[in-house]
Amino acid sequence: MEVELLEIRQHMGRFPPFDGISDDLLDAVAGEVEVAYYKAGTDILLLDREIHELGYIRSGAVEVYRRNGDLYNRLGEGDIFGHFSLLRNHRVRFPARALEDTLIYFIPEALFQRLCEEDEHFADFVELERPRLESAVEQHKKQNDMMITRVRKLLTRYPVMVEATTSVQEAARLVGDFGASAVLVLDEPGDNPRYTFRDSEERAWQVRGILTDSDFRRLVAQGRGPETPVGEIVGDRLVAIQSDESVHEAMLTMLRNNIHHLPVMHRRHPVGIVHLSDIIRYETHSSLYLVSNIFNQSTTEGLAKLAPDVRAAFVRMVEDGADSRMIGSALSTIGRSFTRRLLELAEEALGPPPVAYCFMAMGSMARNEQSIVTDQDNALVLADDFDPDRHDDYFLEMARIVSDGLHACGYTYCTGDIMATNSRWRQPLSVWKGYFRDWIANPTPERLLHSSIFFDLDVVHGENRFVEQLQDLVAEQAPQSPRFLAAMGRNALNRTPPLGFFRTFVMEKDGKHNNSINLKRRGTAPLTDLIRVHALACGSRAQNSFERLDDIDRTQLLAPGVSDKLRYALEFLAMARIRHQVIDLQHERSPDNNIEPENVSDAERHTLKDAFQVLSNAQKFLKFRYPMPAAGRPRPG
Amino acid sequence: MLVLPPRRRQVPTWPEYLADRATRVQHPLLEGYFAAGCPAPDTPIGEVPLVAMDMETTGLDPRRHAIVSIGLVPFSLARIRLADRHYWVVRPPRPLNRQSVTLHRITHAEVEHAPDLEAILPALFEALAGRLVVVHYRQIERPFLDSAVQARLGEGLRFPVIDTMSLEARRHRQSVLARLRRWMGRPPVSIRLHNSRERYGLPPYQGHHALVDALATAELLQAQIAAHYSPDTPVGELWS
Repeated sequence: MEVELLEIRQHMGRFPPFDGISDDLLDAVAGEVEVAYYKAGTDILLLDREIHELGYIRSGAVEVYRRNGDLYNRLGEGDIFGHFSLLRNHRVRFPARALEDTLIYFIPEALFQRLCEEDEHFADFVELERPRLESAVEQHKKQNDMMITRVRKLLTRYPVMVEATTSVQEAARLVGDFGASAVLVLDEPGDNPRYTFRDSEERAWQVRGILTDSDFRRLVAQGRGPETPVGEIVGDRLVAIQSDESVHEAMLTMLRNNIHHLPVMHRRHPVGIVHLSDIIRYETHSSLYLVSNIFNQSTTEGLAKLAPDVRAAFVRMVEDGADSRMIGSALSTIGRSFTRRLLELAEEALGPPPVAYCFMAMGSMARNEQSIVTDQDNALVLADDFDPDRHDDYFLEMARIVSDGLHACGYTYCTGDIMATNSRWRQPLSVWKGYFRDWIANPTPERLLHSSIFFDLDVVHGENRFVEQLQDLVAEQAPQSPRFLAAMGRNALNRTPPLGFFRTFVMEKDGKHNNSINLKRRGTAPLTDLIRVHALACGSRAQNSFERLDDIDRTQLLAPGVSDKLRYALEFLAMARIRHQVIDLQHERSPDNNIEPENVSDAERHTLKDAFQVLSNAQKFLKFRYPMPAAGRPRPG
Repeated sequence: MLVLPPRRRQVPTWPEYLADRATRVQHPLLEGYFAAGCPAPDTPIGEVPLVAMDMETTGLDPRRHAIVSIGLVPFSLARIRLADRHYWVVRPPRPLNRQSVTLHRITHAEVEHAPDLEAILPALFEALAGRLVVVHYRQIERPFLDSAVQARLGEGLRFPVIDTMSLEARRHRQSVLARLRRWMGRPPVSIRLHNSRERYGLPPYQGHHALVDALATAELLQAQIAAHYSPDTPVGELWS
């Protein structure tokens, strides 16, 4: 390198996308730049003029505008502009003006093309939105793939299987002979094609269930005879997992369902059974030990002492390269375990519940997207034979134990009072159905403002079917009510993303500066909100945002490619938030949802801006897709 | 800011001088240079092809000291084209003293293997021909080049220059405000290259390299014209 160009070269080499290009290319760039000075307030690029070069800001600041004159971006030292137009029709799409006295290095088009051809990283960077977001997320995923162990790796033998007519004694003997601890019960093909397969003799079977050591013990305890057919005692709810799922997912499935044996299927074919101990042997994630530790605690105080372990497990998952779905899922599982254990402790203290109940979670826990900074959102759905006078004392006390316990464990009280301790949210199923029907049939943005959280709901403990019925009701009625969707859509626009970053500030769309940004309020939450609206519109029963997007993909709601953009944006924003929480924890600060621009690397800054752009575009589409029906029109029946 | 009108002085009529030299000069290199001429004094600066020049020398006296390196950057008010830059290290007839070595960061070894200035004159004149020279502090480049060419070709040369330091001096040394500052005992505003650039928001560059300083000078002129003049300003108001 000629020493005289070091000045230019060193400067460019510090900023993306030039920080990643080879020395030869960087030399070529430094030697070919054309320099121009612009006084503050003068135009650099005029709309629709021809453009044949890329601009690089050596010093000063530049504002970039949309065609309609809105501010599109504010750029500072080391930022580039003009690439969108260069990649398209060589007409200036976003005019640029010097905000301060500014020195620009221009890179001639021929060199720009060469950079795009010879350097993939550079090409990704200058492409608009999706590719950079995508490559940032995919790169993380690639690193992550290496650490994923598929559950089939844990299998050592085929499962022991018996027909439903086999006697319990025979089944027990087989289990003993094979040194197994569980047996799968097969039956004639029936109502569940998911578990129906053909054996080597082309005979069709359906896996009906699983019998484990503890089932045999229960049988003996109940005094039932050894000749009882296994079909009579096997449960009819089978939880299984596909063989290519991760060990991590298998572990979470077990914990979520509170089971120790998990049948593994290759498509519909049973290929083995994993036991919790197999996973413990294999999986070293401390989140697992944490969960089992939760269930070993016998007091609220004991549970509260585990709060630091939750943080440690969280940091470790991030360091291990887990993605936001794994982390959200694990933290939700931990949160559910605390809740469930508290409910068990409450039942121990208060005696058995007078009527059936279902404790449900709302919000991030229901979506399996919980973060380390979270409050509690929960409610109680009671059986319809609930009598407030006779039963409510019990459930209020139960709700108090759980809510206070969760608060002690770091899940702070809900500021909106969405907790089972609030009598409004401690009601029989029929009342709950009424709430949902009313929200959907008589919606206004104001009424729904504090209710949208109820449209993420899931079971934590108790009678699953109560909550399933509520989920069904929402999935059936929401798509029929344009007014409801419009009101939800309107509320999903209350929180908007910023424009991006400028130096050490967050840039708002009106050009104002802020010192930090709440990445939940301005990023993940509005994105989750708008995904929820689309999911409600297409009748999805999924609660997790990524699963909702899968359901949305099966419809024509979004233009092709849009849902992928949303996925990448959500993953990137969620991970950015998580990474900054880890930074907080590592500096022994209490983690929050804020990120400070000075802690954002240049690469992250650009990708974040892309993600904000995706969110902003998706919000615009939402407004257009779910318009508020004209007032005074009769409500659809 | 208050500015006194530029002092009327006897500005040489540069186009006439160059045309005259072109007819009488002996050496073909110089003839070619003079024949290319220079723009009329009323030509707008925005239309004039420019070239920023900077030299590193062994000292300040053209009779005793010699040129060590030359940097040239052709440019216009709109663009500075780095791809067309030139940079030469030349061997001075007298050895380098220690002070100038540390100042320029040009080593003895570099100088030892460098050609004599005469070898680069064809390329130098080709790059200068038809372009108006821009320097910061005109007491170096013009006299040193005159003296060095005189010694080698037997004939000297003069040429018009725009001196960015003079342009700064007009504002910061000769203005009413500057006189007021002086009267109040304040130190005068620095018009050195680095400090002048700072006033226009131009980034700091590593100084004392002929090409980097030439680039820095070109940027400074662009900034000065943008701030205080216009592309329509007649070049005759700027050169000297």
